[in-house]
Amino acid sequence: MDKNISFTIKYWKQNGPKDQGHFESRQMKDIPGDTSFLEMLDILNEELVEEGKEPFVFDHDCREGICGMCSLYVNGTPHGKTERGATTCQLYMRKFKDGDTITVEPWRSAGFPVIKDCMVDRTAFDKIMQAGGYVSVRTGAPQDANAILIPKQDADEAMDCASCIGCGACVAACKNGSAMLFVSSKVSQLALLPQGRPEAAKRAKAMVAKMDELGFGNCTNTRACEAVCPKCETITNIARLNREFIKAKLAD
Amino acid sequence: MWLCNSSIGRKVVMSVTGIALILFLTFHGCMNVVALISGEAYNMICEFLGANWYAVVATAGLAALTVIHIIYAFWLTLQNRKARGNNRYAVTSKPEKVEWASQNMLVLGIIVVLGMLLHLFNFWYNMMLPELLYGKFDAMMAAQANGVPAPGDGYAWIRFTFSCPVYVVLYIVWLAALWFHLTHGFWSAIQTIGWSGHIWFNRWKTIGNIYVTILVLMFLAVVLGFAFCGSCSSACC
Amino acid sequence: MSIIDSKIPEGPVAEKWTNYKAHQRLVNPKNKLKLDVIVVGTGLAGASAAASLGEMGFNVYNFCIQDSPRRAHSIAAQGGINAAKNYQNDGDSVYRLFYDTVKGGDYRAREANVYRLAEVSNAIIDQCVAQGVPFAREYGGTLANRSFGGAQVSRTFYAKGQTGQQLLLGAYSALSAQVNAGKVKLYCRYEMLDVVIIDGRARGIIAKNLVTGKLERFSANAVVIATGGYGNTYFLSTNAMGCNVTAAMACYRKGAYFANPCYVQIHPTCIPVHGDKQSKLTLMSESLRNDGRIWVPKKLEDAKALQAGTKKGSDIPEEDRDYYLERRYPAFGNLVPRDVASRAAKERCDKGYGVNNTGLAVFLDFSESIERLGIDVILQRYGNLFDMYEEITDVNPGELANTINGMKYYNPMMIFPAIHYTMGGIWVDYELQTTIPGLFAIGECNFSDHGANRLGASALMQGLADGYFVLPYTIQNYLADQAIWPRISTDAPEFVEVEKATEARIQKLMNIKGKRSVDSIHKELGHICWEYIGMGRTAEGLKEGIKRIDALRKEFESNLFIPGSREGLNVELDKAVHLDDFITMGKLIAYDALSRNESCGGHFREEYQTEEGEAKRDDANYFYVGCWKYQGTDEAAPELIKEPLEYEAIKVQTRNYKN
Repeated sequence: MDKNISFTIKYWKQNGPKDQGHFESRQMKDIPGDTSFLEMLDILNEELVEEGKEPFVFDHDCREGICGMCSLYVNGTPHGKTERGATTCQLYMRKFKDGDTITVEPWRSAGFPVIKDCMVDRTAFDKIMQAGGYVSVRTGAPQDANAILIPKQDADEAMDCASCIGCGACVAACKNGSAMLFVSSKVSQLALLPQGRPEAAKRAKAMVAKMDELGFGNCTNTRACEAVCPKCETITNIARLNREFIKAKLAD
Repeated sequence: MWLCNSSIGRKVVMSVTGIALILFLTFHGCMNVVALISGEAYNMICEFLGANWYAVVATAGLAALTVIHIIYAFWLTLQNRKARGNNRYAVTSKPEKVEWASQNMLVLGIIVVLGMLLHLFNFWYNMMLPELLYGKFDAMMAAQANGVPAPGDGYAWIRFTFSCPVYVVLYIVWLAALWFHLTHGFWSAIQTIGWSGHIWFNRWKTIGNIYVTILVLMFLAVVLGFAFCGSCSSACC
Repeated sequence: MSIIDSKIPEGPVAEKWTNYKAHQRLVNPKNKLKLDVIVVGTGLAGASAAASLGEMGFNVYNFCIQDSPRRAHSIAAQGGINAAKNYQNDGDSVYRLFYDTVKGGDYRAREANVYRLAEVSNAIIDQCVAQGVPFAREYGGTLANRSFGGAQVSRTFYAKGQTGQQLLLGAYSALSAQVNAGKVKLYCRYEMLDVVIIDGRARGIIAKNLVTGKLERFSANAVVIATGGYGNTYFLSTNAMGCNVTAAMACYRKGAYFANPCYVQIHPTCIPVHGDKQSKLTLMSESLRNDGRIWVPKKLEDAKALQAGTKKGSDIPEEDRDYYLERRYPAFGNLVPRDVASRAAKERCDKGYGVNNTGLAVFLDFSESIERLGIDVILQRYGNLFDMYEEITDVNPGELANTINGMKYYNPMMIFPAIHYTMGGIWVDYELQTTIPGLFAIGECNFSDHGANRLGASALMQGLADGYFVLPYTIQNYLADQAIWPRISTDAPEFVEVEKATEARIQKLMNIKGKRSVDSIHKELGHICWEYIGMGRTAEGLKEGIKRIDALRKEFESNLFIPGSREGLNVELDKAVHLDDFITMGKLIAYDALSRNESCGGHFREEYQTEEGEAKRDDANYFYVGCWKYQGTDEAAPELIKEPLEYEAIKVQTRNYKN
């Protein structure tokens, strides 16, 4: 039902974090519009391998928009432009025009060093989570699940905050390389739930301290993060984190 | 100290100093408008805020706020550039949601500071400083000798300054930059201290835009008022 | 033929687990500090096990192939998680959940394991809520439930359509807490390539650092693999791109039995394959079948026109549509279980009634329900799914497309079955231990709880049950006497030897230097498996499949091309290793399918069906778990060992969905 398109793809090649890196480009011919962006890259790689060349390396896994592995900066936007929040794996080639030049870059931020080509190292996010992104509860026999009543509104809002997939698009889009949207989404989720309240102050302080230590930038409320978030997290979370953090510090 | 060594703390400093400066501008703007109505009244205010000890203290406080705001601005920007890394995107596209001002706060801030220096030269240097240095009488004498308005006559200084078109243009540029800087700065400051949410975010933005626009219009009215009918306004009073 | 010991505790089924826990050996707190456990995988089972073991005091080494534990494919589960809470007061109980699971599994699961699963299901919900998993709530603040296929009660807990994500993030947060406490050490972008056996016990693994390419040795007192299923053997599946069977195959080659590989679940509502360039299939939620009607044209010429693209689904009037599920199964209609719906779709397409350009799709139509309930109601229920479908296919199922004789026709969706989940896996006993002492398998990676077919919302339950509540107990029974031994150095000759063998295997692949890419061969394997070992199997087809897989192995070993070098990150090399194992896996599925002369659950042999085309089970001869023992080489046929099933609590019956 869709017609095929031909275009030029410019993709970033970089052999390790210290390498300078450069673009390579290639003509792609007759790609069906129903092909997803990553499938198009599969086709590119198949062609490269057939020619005996090394494939273009990028992170990907579930291809359903939920695992958060996707980390491609397509034509100036993290994950590429889609109508509603979506990751690169949910971007389809029909969104492009015949004769387009498509530029693919890695997340560029000091917090995410390049491993190879467009594959970046996002372990910083794990470290921030390890600093406090949890409720300290032992496996075993906590109280009955219904013993904690949570108003539907709070549960729904916590769920929205919890939808973050940790892809790092927020950092990639931010001119300050700030990870506030990521951190605030986790802090918000747990701050909104009664289970998370006892540790709320400790969590906010610990996660922000780790985020700062890892060299992420200061949030200047440009809103670029929420504009590109594939899961539509909002800077309301950042306001909440600020509140939690300031409260915690003033209470010290 | 968390106001220095945490990212949110540093932003809180920006936010609080920023809000304080907005309050100062509000006060300053109100005072200026008086000049449009009555030169005498304006000069009375000038007298009250002239070379007195409390004015000096307030000026020092104001200067401190400004300096902290500026130092933090550069500090944050340096840190943010470092966090951004050395590599830049080859292709960028700005999402619609992102305001131009929000991404150019430092540049706007620098324009504001330059404008402020000009303003200080125009008014503070000519009006307040001589009185502080030489006393009221000597300063007045010196002014007379130089053919400029007396230091105590603020109203005359306004007329004198805006009779020069170059200053008018420079002040308009300055005020434009200030408007951009504050439309973002206002809600951003509120957001940073955490007084925002799904509903209040849009409210603060609207309130901020209206407030800042009125504020800048107040200043602009004085500039334009004196630029285009400096003589008629003097005739009025 | 040897009989294997599944170590099922004595006593009535409802008391077995309690008895087991009361009498098992425990490890005292001091000794726990001396014991190391390797957990491979960070999905629901792996992350929860690693977190729980770390919390107990063991030193845990946790491995994942992705950049973060949170990427594991458990994250993609949409529907929900079952538990016998009976919050809805609809008569649910542990026994009923147990019974439904065994019945849904077509009476091929181990009773004792399933009962235990049902028993701990409630604790999972409590645990997850305590961790801050934002399950859906009622206005009163209590937990909400939804109903799911195969059950008469509402027992499924959910968090929007992202239940798997939220549960995994819960387990990941518990894991993160233990990493912070220093009890778990994470190894991301590491892949386990082999297991090291010393004196008959699993004592460590060889893992490849995927970034540097180097092989590294890790020693421990026990090894737990939680590496998921083998669905990607079929190339196209709903599994993530990285899902593979390499760790499980390594255990199998080292002597762990592989059980019931032929039980592969095929999900009926996936978006059809659109062309040969596709690499991944997308699942559409099963809930669509509640209001959608599945059909193909009655007339072959209409099907031809649809395939040629000269007609659209909405051009075909009501009287020319064949709602084949409603026709064949009047009682259940479009809501028959997954395996039945999948086979019926394949039957129609095989007869030439497929509705897209490849002839491999059927329609799922909402015209009738939109007319009956109004578009608003339908969009409220399925709006996000319609959006997702439109995003992928550019067709909006909520859009009025045609009016014929006053009847309104909306754009139908196109769906087709796809490989989704594998019930088979590494054989484990009641303690989740494989036939190799010290080697445990949990989650989808083992075979234990789903029998021949898994019910919706049970996979998450099993993963977390194994990881939080079963393995942390049962592994202690094994570790209890292990603390007296000194830690084994990774310089031990066994480690050196296994590392050498692993390196040799990699070098062999690198040195083939043929012409074909990994993916092109994998695609071919997928075609063979889908064609001969897929939804409808025959003895002849399976034999042909084995023959073709053998030929493909030759092609693989002589004509594979891996670009780049052995050192550093080499994605193609990693994929080649996976493919090497998928080929062996494909053959294993075929062997098992060939030996099981009956149809049950996810295994359908065309020779064994009723006159109406329903699956015909043979309880007299095949009431057992088929375990496969490796015979030294991938070429040699594995040996079948049977674990007989014994049911005491449940009467074995035939599933009936007609009336």
